[in-house]
Amino acid sequence: MKILYSLLAVSISIAFAWVGTASGGLHYLFGVVFPAVAVFLFLFGIVYRVVRWARSPVPFHITTTCGQQKSLDWIKSSPLDNPSSTLGVIGRMALEVFFFRSLFRNTKMELKNGGKLVYGSAKYLWLAGLVFHWSFLIIVLRHFRFFLEPTPVFVGVLQNLDGFFQVGVPVLFMSDILILGALSFLFFRRIVTPQLRYISLISDYFPLLLIIAIAATGVLMRYFLKTDLVAVKQLMLGLFSVSPIVPEAISPLFYIHLFLVSVLLAYFPASKLVHMAGIFLSPTRNLSNNSRMKRHINPWNAPVKVHTYEEWEDEFRELIKGAGIPLEKE
Amino acid sequence: MYDAGKIITGLILFLVLFTAPIWVNLASGTSAKRPDIKLPIEEKECVAATAYMKASHMDLIYEWRELVVREELRAYHSPAGKEYEMSLTKTCLSCHSNKAEFCDRCHNYVAVSPYCWDCHTEPKEGL
Ligand code: HEC
Ligand code: HEC
Ligand code: HEC
Ligand code: HEM
Repeated sequence: MKILYSLLAVSISIAFAWVGTASGGLHYLFGVVFPAVAVFLFLFGIVYRVVRWARSPVPFHITTTCGQQKSLDWIKSSPLDNPSSTLGVIGRMALEVFFFRSLFRNTKMELKNGGKLVYGSAKYLWLAGLVFHWSFLIIVLRHFRFFLEPTPVFVGVLQNLDGFFQVGVPVLFMSDILILGALSFLFFRRIVTPQLRYISLISDYFPLLLIIAIAATGVLMRYFLKTDLVAVKQLMLGLFSVSPIVPEAISPLFYIHLFLVSVLLAYFPASKLVHMAGIFLSPTRNLSNNSRMKRHINPWNAPVKVHTYEEWEDEFRELIKGAGIPLEKE
Repeated sequence: MYDAGKIITGLILFLVLFTAPIWVNLASGTSAKRPDIKLPIEEKECVAATAYMKASHMDLIYEWRELVVREELRAYHSPAGKEYEMSLTKTCLSCHSNKAEFCDRCHNYVAVSPYCWDCHTEPKEGL
């Protein structure tokens, strides 16, 4: 059911853009208005969520991340898993963002040979996740050939590396194969494993299917159903120089691709995909563990009026003395 | 807001990075015009419909290559009923004789650099 609804949502988006541009003549709406609104929602949404997160105090550093905390000299500590300095935190964050280090530790629990409980490492999720994210990044960077004139140098470098094997015309990009492969794995993983299927929600299936649809329409457009890319670049340059124009002769397939991207951008801040920003605010990743070196005081501690023993003694000094009870301070 | 300094720095970085194409395009005064390509003067029509050529000329060339190299067929009949030899240099570049101002200008615009010219030759100016 959840898969069906997600599929339905993606199909409706496709149909909407298709009908709108193939027979509705709504090119301006799909080519200019929706992308602009989507970009605004994306930027505003991310800022809003980050500011909301930043308003919750995180007073104490989490000391029980993986790895030994830095303490005495003769106890070996692990400076990247449990860093005590800012540099270490930056290292840990970089490894997390670029290589998904914590996902690498993913384990799988299984009952083996007649009910023996076994924990084993499970790297496929990490691998597919890494492949997907890196391909996505490379593809988006390659798309800068539509966004800037003259095209930045890095696009050419990426294209040459990505199309290294020079298969076919236009040259086959490895990242296209990899992203579709990785996405299929990530999608079927949720369907095939019963436990995963049980906990998967529409908000898990929908983004996956949406990104699959984006990649699939892109691949379709590059290799099979061509459109006039010069016109596409004109549209994008018009958008990005805030003087939109809508060239003719761009196929509905392109508008489907663009509309799905708009949906993704608009949906992004409201979904689990904000982990793009959230990762930087994860307390287990962004706090140095220096609680042995530095005192952390809870910022929301209410001011407590204290009455120390010394003060108490001062207050009743004469009476205590009179009763012959010994005093701390004579 | 806690850690306001770091959060605001991060957010500004995010906003600047993700809107960079807008600032770059505005700063460099890019306008959305088609690349200025030189079309043949004497000839009136291409080997296939112009709209098809704009989007799919690489498919056509690829088809030609297969036919020539694998099947040894060299004659091509255009939709307009003319006959051409299927050849990159001898046909395409006979009408579009200035590769630099036709093919290349357009390709630079969308950052494609076909490796075909590693082997195939282009006609020299004034030859
Ligand atoms: C209207 C602009 C335009 C003109 C003019 C043009 N091309 Fe292209 N060409 C393109 C675009 C855009 C692509 C890239 C398609 C893609 O990346 O999917 C392309 C791709 C190609 C490719 C495939 C290259 C690859 O590796 O992807 C070949 C081959 C090619 N063009 C040959 C030519 C030749 C030869 C000429 C001159 C006779 C020419 N083109 C003129 C726009 C143009
Ligand atoms: C008989 C001469 C002739 C030959 C041969 C020829 N072209 Fe053309 N081509 C033209 C003319 C004329 C135009 C302009 C058509 C128009 O403006 O409607 C054109 C237009 C084009 C365009 C569209 C340019 C634009 O953006 O307006 C492309 C791309 C193109 N040709 C590529 C090729 C390729 C690739 C080949 C070889 C397969 C080729 N041409 C062979 C004459 C020719
Ligand atoms: C490794 C060298 C090499 C490269 C690179 C190369 N070709 Fe060729 N091509 C050949 C050879 C050799 C022939 C056969 C020539 C003949 O039989 O007339 C040929 C023939 C062709 C033909 C038909 C004959 C003719 O005169 O044009 C076409 C079309 C063609 N190639 C297109 C391409 C395209 C498009 C590319 C780039 C994507 C490309 N080739 C890259 C070597 C190459
Ligand atoms: C979330 C962002 C996006 C993703 C993941 C994505 C994905 C893809 C993929 C996988 C391809 C296949 C070819 C390739 O790898 O280059 C592609 C092609 C394409 N995309 Fe996107 N895309 C995105 C955004 C956009 C945007 C904003 C535009 C607007 C210009 C766009 C326009 C195109 C075009 C025109 C092609 C065809 C390229 C060609 O024929 O060479 N895409 N896209």
